[in-house]
Amino acid sequence: MLYREAGDFKTGYRADGQTFPIRLDRWGYYILLAVAVLVVPFLINDYWANAVFVPFLIYAIAALGLNILTGYAGQVSLGTGGFMAVGAYAVYKLMTAFPDISIVIHILLAGGITAIVGMLFGLPSLRIKGFYLAVATLAAQFFLVWLFNKVPWFYNYSASGQITAPTRTVLGHAVTGPATSAPAKYLICLAFVLVLAWVARNLTRGTSGRKWMAIRDMDIAAEIIGVNPLTAKLSAFAASSFFVGIAGALLFSVYLGAAEVGEAFGINKSFLVLFMIIIGGLGSIFGSFAGAAFMVLLPVLLKNLLVGQLGWPTDLAAHIELMIVGALIVLFLIVEPHGLARLWALTKEKLRLWPFPH
Amino acid sequence: MIDQLIFSAEVFLNGLMTGVMYALVALGFVLIYKASGVFNYAQGVMALFAALTLVGIQQGQVPFVHLINAIFGTHVENFGWNVPSVLAIILTAGVMVLLAILIEKLVLQHLVGQEPIILFMATIGLAYFLEGFGDVMWGADIKTLDVGLPQGISDTVEAVTAEWVGYGFFIDRLDIWASIIAAILVAALVAFSQYTKQGRAMRAVADDHQAALSVGISLRFIWVMVWSIAGFVALVAGIMWGTKSGVQFSLSLIALKALPVLMLGGFTSIPGAIVGGLIIGVGEKLFEFWIGPLVGGATENWFAYVLALLFLVFRPQGLFGERIIERV
Repeated sequence: MLYREAGDFKTGYRADGQTFPIRLDRWGYYILLAVAVLVVPFLINDYWANAVFVPFLIYAIAALGLNILTGYAGQVSLGTGGFMAVGAYAVYKLMTAFPDISIVIHILLAGGITAIVGMLFGLPSLRIKGFYLAVATLAAQFFLVWLFNKVPWFYNYSASGQITAPTRTVLGHAVTGPATSAPAKYLICLAFVLVLAWVARNLTRGTSGRKWMAIRDMDIAAEIIGVNPLTAKLSAFAASSFFVGIAGALLFSVYLGAAEVGEAFGINKSFLVLFMIIIGGLGSIFGSFAGAAFMVLLPVLLKNLLVGQLGWPTDLAAHIELMIVGALIVLFLIVEPHGLARLWALTKEKLRLWPFPH
Repeated sequence: MIDQLIFSAEVFLNGLMTGVMYALVALGFVLIYKASGVFNYAQGVMALFAALTLVGIQQGQVPFVHLINAIFGTHVENFGWNVPSVLAIILTAGVMVLLAILIEKLVLQHLVGQEPIILFMATIGLAYFLEGFGDVMWGADIKTLDVGLPQGISDTVEAVTAEWVGYGFFIDRLDIWASIIAAILVAALVAFSQYTKQGRAMRAVADDHQAALSVGISLRFIWVMVWSIAGFVALVAGIMWGTKSGVQFSLSLIALKALPVLMLGGFTSIPGAIVGGLIIGVGEKLFEFWIGPLVGGATENWFAYVLALLFLVFRPQGLFGERIIERV
C-alpha cells in the first residue's frame, strides 16, 4: 500500500535515472546504510564478524567483480581464485616492502596489479568464447597458484611457505594482524564495499557497462554497431580483476591473517564465487550481494542445524552441504536463471499493486 | 647425452601411457557433447562416483551408513560379504544407467534449449551434488580399488628394452593394460556408432536435433543412452585411475585435466580426444623432465592448461574440431 511510485514526481533527468526511483526503496537503502554504519559496529562480536559479516562483505566484492565479467560482459571465468591470490600476494609484498604507507593504498594498488594480470589472461578472450574461454581461465587459476607456491620471493622466503599479515593501522586502529578488533575488521571491509558497489553500479549503467552488455548479448552485432571488442572485453577483465584483487587482498590481510595459496585460493574458491553470482543473479549488483549472503550463510546455518542441533558428525554435514549447494545451483538454473535478484524484482512488482489486483 | 635421450624416451613412453588415461576421461566428454551439446563438467565426478560405488559394492558396504547411523543412532557397519569383481562391475554399470536416467529426467529435460553456458554451469552444480552424494553414500575416506588388474613394473618390457637399448625401461603393467582396454573401448564405441541402429540414431542426433526428431528418433532415449555410455566410460576410467592412485577426491580433478585435452583435440572428435590426450600426457611429462627442475617442479599442475590456452589462440576449434562458423 505504501510501495508506490505515484506522487513521487521527478523534475529532472538525474532524478529520473537514479538507482532507487521509488521513495520507499530509497529510504530502505538509507536505513540499511545507517544500520550498517552506525548500529552494527557497536553490536558486533568476534563470532559474528568472523562467521558472517566479514566474509559476506569480502565475497560480495569478489561477486561484484565476477558479475561484471560474467554477468555483464558474458565472459565466463573460472580463474577467480587465482586472481584473488594475485591480490593477496600483491598486498602482502606491498605491506612488507613499504610499511610506512597506508594499507588502504596498498589494497587499492593490489587491485590495480590484479587488473593488469587479469587483462593479460583476458587476451585469449578475443579469440575464444564460451566454455572454451572458461577452460582457458583455468590456466590462470592453476598457473598462478603454482607460481605463488614455487617462487619463494612471493612469500618472502618464509620457511612455511605461508604469508602472514603484519599489523597495520588505519586512523590509529589496527585493521590487520592478530590484535584486530571485530568492529575494525568489519568497518574497513564495509568501507571498501560501499565505495566499490557505488563504482560498480555506475560503471555498469554508463557507457562501459552498455558496451559490455552489447558484447554479452551478441558480440558480432556489437562490433557492427561500433563497440570495439578489444577495449570492451579487456576493460571488463580489468575492472573485474580489480574488484576480485581487492577482495583477495582483504580476504588475506583482514579476514584470514595468514594464508597458504593452494588452500585459500584454490579452484574451489573460483566455483564458490561463480555459484554466488548464479544464485544471486547474473548481471545484477543486488544479486552479487544476495548471492554472497546466501553462500556465506548457508554453511553457517547448516552447521548450526545439523551439527549443533542434531549432533551429526561434521564431515557428514559438509558432504550434505555439497549436495545442497549442487542441487540449488541446478534448481536455480532450471527455475530462475536470473537468480535471487529476479525473485526480489518480482516481489517488488507484486508489492506495487498490492493489495489491489489491478 | 645418450643417457639423457634414453631417459627422455622412457619419460615419453610413460607420458603416452598417462595420455591414454586422460583420453579415457576425455572420451566421455566428447560422447555427451556430440550427442546433446552439453559440456559435461561432471564427467570426472562421475568417474569418482563410479569407482566409489564399485568399491562399496565389492566390499559390501551399507549405502548411506553414516547418515543412517547419525539419524537412528545405530552402529551398522557392513553387510559382511564380498561381491566378486565382475558382478560388482555389472552392478555399478547398472547404477550408472540409473544415474543417467535420473539426470535426464530431473535436469536435462528442464534445460532443453538453454544456452550452452547455462548447461555447462548446471553440470558444475551436478558435479558438486554427485560429489557430496558419493561421499554421503559411501564415506569420504581414501579407498583402495582392486579388480584383479595386474600392477607393478612390467618385467617383460624391462627385459626386452634392456636387451635392445642396454637399459631397462620402467613401465607400469597397469598402464599397458589401460592402453589395451582403452583401445578396445574406442573400437567398440566406433563399431557401435557405425553399425548399430542406436548408434546411427546417436550420430543423427549429434548432427541435427530437429532433423533427428522429424524422422522419429526419440531425443530423450538417445540422451539417456549417451549418458549411460558416458557413465560406463567413466566407470572404466574410474577403475583405471582408482587402481592406480586410490579412490579419493583428487580423482575428480583428473576431469579438469581432460578439459585441455579436449580443447587441444576439439570437442567433437573422438580421435581428437585420443590424440589430444597423448599430446598432453607426453608434453607434460617431458616438460616436467626437462624444464621442471629449473623452475621448481610440479609443472604438471598447469602445463596442460597453458599449452591448451596458447594452442587455442591460434586454432580456436582444436586440432580435429569442426570449424566454428558464426552467423549473425
